Amino acid sequence: MLSQQIANGLFLGAVYALFAIGYTLVFGVLDILNLAHAAVFMAAAFVALVLNAAGVPLLAALLLAMFFAGMLGILVDRVAFAPLRRRNAGTLVPLISSIGVAIIIEATVRGVFGIDERHFPRTPAASVALHAGSITFTALDVAIFATALVLMAVLAYVMRATALGRNIRAVAEDRVAAALLGIDLERTIALTFFIASALGGAAGVLVGLQYDSVTTSMGSRIELRGLAVIILGGMGSITGAVIGGFILGAVETLSIAYVGSQWRDALAFGVMFLILILRPTGILGKRALRSA
Amino acid sequence: MLTFYAQHSKLIDQIGINALLALSLSVSLQAGQLALAQAAFMAVGAYTAAFLGAKAGWPLIGCALAGAALAALVAALLSFPIRRLRGVFLAIATIGFGEIIRIIINNLSITGGAEGFSGIPNDADTRWIYGSLAVVGAVFFLLRDSRFTLAMSLTREDEQAARGVGVDTAAVRLWTLVAGGAIAGLAGALYAHNNFFVQPGDFAFGRAEQILVYCVIGGTTSPIGAMLGAALLSLLPEIFRFLQDYRDIVNGGILLLVVLFAPRGISSLWRRA
Repeated sequence: MLSQQIANGLFLGAVYALFAIGYTLVFGVLDILNLAHAAVFMAAAFVALVLNAAGVPLLAALLLAMFFAGMLGILVDRVAFAPLRRRNAGTLVPLISSIGVAIIIEATVRGVFGIDERHFPRTPAASVALHAGSITFTALDVAIFATALVLMAVLAYVMRATALGRNIRAVAEDRVAAALLGIDLERTIALTFFIASALGGAAGVLVGLQYDSVTTSMGSRIELRGLAVIILGGMGSITGAVIGGFILGAVETLSIAYVGSQWRDALAFGVMFLILILRPTGILGKRALRSA
Repeated sequence: MLTFYAQHSKLIDQIGINALLALSLSVSLQAGQLALAQAAFMAVGAYTAAFLGAKAGWPLIGCALAGAALAALVAALLSFPIRRLRGVFLAIATIGFGEIIRIIINNLSITGGAEGFSGIPNDADTRWIYGSLAVVGAVFFLLRDSRFTLAMSLTREDEQAARGVGVDTAAVRLWTLVAGGAIAGLAGALYAHNNFFVQPGDFAFGRAEQILVYCVIGGTTSPIGAMLGAALLSLLPEIFRFLQDYRDIVNGGILLLVVLFAPRGISSLWRRA
């Protein structure tokens, strides 16, 4: 019973982490919350669904949806954040402009697809049951989990070992100094948005598969959880977002098993609230993106 | 005039309630505190007033005052654990608090759970709502040059410097949260008694987000701006109702344009800062 819950928590936590990394990357670089992230997450799930239903293999549909989400992320930055960045408008106003963009994205998807729940065409992997000791899961669960881990590993590699990763960390550390060193700020910020949104889009596709459900409201269901995750881990820290994602996954599945599913969100936010009070900057503190 | 009122009384009432909610958040924002628990305070006021009105037969004025008082008490209790949090951490902690309150209401039997609470006396009409708004607005107006308003501005601009010149910033943070809680509780009470029925979904994150949008659109340091923001954004969906499915695209676009062209709010357009 407990080991099954822990496995469920890991499956859930991996996609939470993937989604939350998008928030934390942008926050680390720009010190702003991108509230259009959840809308991009949802739009990408619809793109993958349409492609997959049209015969594109699932993995290719996932990659195309990630590319779409990444480009949409760059567009979000150009429309909602870039004009304000030039005017030093603080952190509150970009929050509102990203809400405006989120409303537009959601309304557009709703206009095209309607509000009905949709499903990915059934994959054979969903009916392959696997057993490990007393734990049962499907091949699809494993594939989703593995995909999330691979994407996080790729991100870790990009951040540590490539020039792009070094540029992103330099801009996060000190924007002015990075510009003086010859780093192209706008290009680095655009690529940060691309990566953050592509990962958020991947999370959207994976959540759509995991729950066998794609709806226009799926973004608002994960939005606050993503914020809870980055608070748990520490704003701006990628490792923190991963840790926070797994903590939230564990808290949710354990509360479903031992307290009752109706209290799962209350417990999740309760844990977040408690951590904030004990450690106001989260588990890994602020600004760990610099050393990621 | 009378037919206009008859056709639009619901909208007019909504604008008044939303203006009260915008004022309640504007208290915290004027002190530089991004505390987003307004939907939770509103819920406490709404359910308190709903229960006292429907089950105990209290008159509206008693329900409204009790709702405001209980919401203020909840705000005072909340202020203690969040006293060290600032900026976006404060925002997310208070959003989390709002979700916890909503889920508790959703799971209690006394509140009617997810099905909601019905049978509330439908007695908070336009006169009550705008009367309350006038009273709250008058308090803002009378306090506009007071020491407390000055202390709020100093705390917003630079909390450490404010402490340096003798402002008790901890007290400013406590009392702005409590005052905002009381106003949001009052708005919630009027909302409940204006709608006959309340449900937990009325007080979800979307509500908190909406109230923040009112204030930022209007101008975060201006109570009048906050009320104007609330009025403008309550009217927009009605004006663009004819666009049907595309209405939200236009609403989102207008929101975007306003913040891009007037990042300090519409009230900054006539105030030279």
